[in-house]
Amino acid sequence: MLRYALKRLISLLISLAVASVVIFAVIEVAPGDPASFMLGVNAQEDTLAALRAELGLDVSKAQRYFNWVGGMLVGDFGTSYTYRTPVSQMITDRMWVSLPLALYALTLSTVIAFPAGIYAAARRGKPGDLTVMGATQLGIAVPNFWFAMMLVLIFAINLRWFNAGGFAGWDKGFWTGVHSLTLPAIALALPQAAILARVMRSSLLDILGEDFMRTARAKGLSRRQALWRHGVRNALIPVLTIIGLQFSFLLAGSIIIEQVFYLPGLGRLVFQAISARDLIVVESVVMLLVFAVITVNFIVDLAYAAVDPRLRSRT
Amino acid sequence: MSLLQIENLSLSIHGAEILKQVSLSITPGQIVAVTGESGSGKSMTALAVMQLLPNGAQAQGAVRLEGQDLLNRPEAETCALRGASIGMVFQEPMTALNPVKTIGDQVMETILIHKALPLPQARERAQGVLTRVGLPPDRFPLSRYPHELSGGQRQRVVIAMAIALRPKLLIADEPTTALDVTTQAQILDLLKGLVREYGMGLLMITHDLAVVADMADQIVVMRHGEVVENGATAHLLRNMQHPYTRMLFEASGHQVSRPRATDPRPLLEVTQVTRDYRLPRKGLFGTPGHHRAVDEVSFTLNKGERLGLVGESGCGKSTLTRAIIGLEEVQSGDIRLDGQPVFSDHRPNPVVRRKMQVVFQDPYGSFNPRHRVARLITEPFHLLETPPTGSDRQDRIAEMLTAVGLGPDDAGKYIHEFSGGQRQRIAIARALIIRPELILFDEAVSALDVSVRAQILDLLAELCEAYDLTYLFISHDLSVVRTITDRVMVMQAGRIVEQGETEQVFTNPQHSYTQTLIEAAPVLPDIGMSVA
Repeated sequence: MLRYALKRLISLLISLAVASVVIFAVIEVAPGDPASFMLGVNAQEDTLAALRAELGLDVSKAQRYFNWVGGMLVGDFGTSYTYRTPVSQMITDRMWVSLPLALYALTLSTVIAFPAGIYAAARRGKPGDLTVMGATQLGIAVPNFWFAMMLVLIFAINLRWFNAGGFAGWDKGFWTGVHSLTLPAIALALPQAAILARVMRSSLLDILGEDFMRTARAKGLSRRQALWRHGVRNALIPVLTIIGLQFSFLLAGSIIIEQVFYLPGLGRLVFQAISARDLIVVESVVMLLVFAVITVNFIVDLAYAAVDPRLRSRT
Repeated sequence: MSLLQIENLSLSIHGAEILKQVSLSITPGQIVAVTGESGSGKSMTALAVMQLLPNGAQAQGAVRLEGQDLLNRPEAETCALRGASIGMVFQEPMTALNPVKTIGDQVMETILIHKALPLPQARERAQGVLTRVGLPPDRFPLSRYPHELSGGQRQRVVIAMAIALRPKLLIADEPTTALDVTTQAQILDLLKGLVREYGMGLLMITHDLAVVADMADQIVVMRHGEVVENGATAHLLRNMQHPYTRMLFEASGHQVSRPRATDPRPLLEVTQVTRDYRLPRKGLFGTPGHHRAVDEVSFTLNKGERLGLVGESGCGKSTLTRAIIGLEEVQSGDIRLDGQPVFSDHRPNPVVRRKMQVVFQDPYGSFNPRHRVARLITEPFHLLETPPTGSDRQDRIAEMLTAVGLGPDDAGKYIHEFSGGQRQRIAIARALIIRPELILFDEAVSALDVSVRAQILDLLAELCEAYDLTYLFISHDLSVVRTITDRVMVMQAGRIVEQGETEQVFTNPQHSYTQTLIEAAPVLPDIGMSVA
């Protein structure tokens, strides 16, 4: 198990190194000179040169790459071109919104999807299954911003249980923060839960057809006991894969939901930075997201091994 | 009083009739074998006793265990019987165990689910039964996972689970079909011993008459869901009444006659071939180990000769086959066909490749289900420099389909429209269509019913006559190899331990391993042959 984890860790580090080179290369070849972009078309050549020097754009590309990576390793992400504030500070602020939101949404999605998927698989072809499948179809088809607007309409405007948008901040207390993230988390979670429930159902149905499920029944386990004791854990592998992918998506892909709820999250930050060609911010946020995705995959790999002993010994 | 009594059991699944008026009975300590070909309903009979029938199944008649009706019990009460009063062992040990649970947990589960013993005693009992089935805890701790065991060992775990609570009735559905002959002999011995020791009744389902001939007290022959013959083993084998029983018996020991090879000159020359596989590293910086799958193998196959290759799973048969058809390069040694190397410059040699074809075991998995037969059997044409086109191609397709006993009309059909035996005929047509010099049959008849197998063996004999075939026949089934080959090689742990004229090797085996193999192989008693 330890060797397996170590191997995955080494592969994680290699992935990160490769990703950093790719991100830097792709963003550097993008057209547009940040200095002239920031100063406008009428800027003087010497003012531009001064700004380039200030932004560290005057050294060689390799030098800039190492400055960038070296800085990130000690927590210095550079200074935003447009806002003139440290990128690390900007990212940290947004992270305190985006990360809890993603985790919240993922938890909700899992809590909804697992029972729904297992319930549907256990009642394959029966009304309960058809109802769950119909609901998930709807959940996948309807865009999440529509859910978001409906939630605002019902729970914020009519019932007044929640605020229609904005983030209260964690300094007002944990529950206040959770409260203001609840509607966005639900809006994000519903489509993800629909997908996850379908994966859970089909994965479990595959397992229910396996020989060892029949063996379990021959031992005297009831249908339900066999499902819970032998089915669910075996069905988890594809489900874990999807959960990993969903977390990555939720972390960065919630831009529309952030927009609907006026949340100062990472998605909005990236969007604004791209529009302003604020390359340092784009590079840093993208690198951070890559780091998050790769780390999540690492955790998913460890979870695979925890679920399936065959992976532990194969290494 | 009989232990299990099945009376006029009829079964339909979604309206299709599966079993018709099946009756049989088992007394304590008795071994009853139900035999027949695929689709005869033997497994469904077993599942009806377990009440583990597929959805949509409707059973009529009576199934009684010690006088208690099994068919009309509430599900909860049936669950209490399964595993406690009736144990069941399945065919496929590789998939019958949950891969994510330890063998100890799985054996203990039988005990715990019936609340027979508290946890500490359940653990002790699990150790006890695992020891009884030949897996003592000092060598096979309860914490082992199924993937750490071989097929035979896994089947022992399945048996341990089934007998943990000493059921009155044990049902074994083809328990040894997926196992090697020597392992099969051990598992059969184990089952016999358990029946004697515990006084259990054993209902044994098998397609192989030879397996049960010297083991069962009673044989029940089934066909199309009906019992066609039922009687004490010795009596039934001596006085086979039903033509189907006789047919089964004859087909099991089917013999074919092959023409003598003309003009023997070396065709395939294998010289000192060695193939190593890398094993995972022991430590992070340790050197990786090696597994030698094929170890300095040398042999010559003459033109027109039929050569057999036998050995147990993992002995290197398949690796050697892959090396011969050029799917993998070997580390050392030389493989030549007609004097030309199979691999040249680390690439498969196309000139040699088009002279060889292979027929695989699984008639279901070895065809693309979306292609029609014409396209399937003409696939080897891509090996040719100038593949036949137009009417020439049509003629070749028609000729081949006719040669293997199908019709030219079958060219437009899809593979799912054919039975297993017909599919294997199509596989042979696919191999023959470019008139290869050499055909490799890799367990080509192992997945077939005895009667279908007999037909395919006859077909091979006919094709030998018509096309002067040279082949290498790889199989774990000794009786088939005996009738279909001129010479045989016995492989063990990557080495050829014995080779010679087939009859010679079978009647007078020299190597101890060959002797073990031949001894372990189940044989039909002589009595029946004289009647048949």
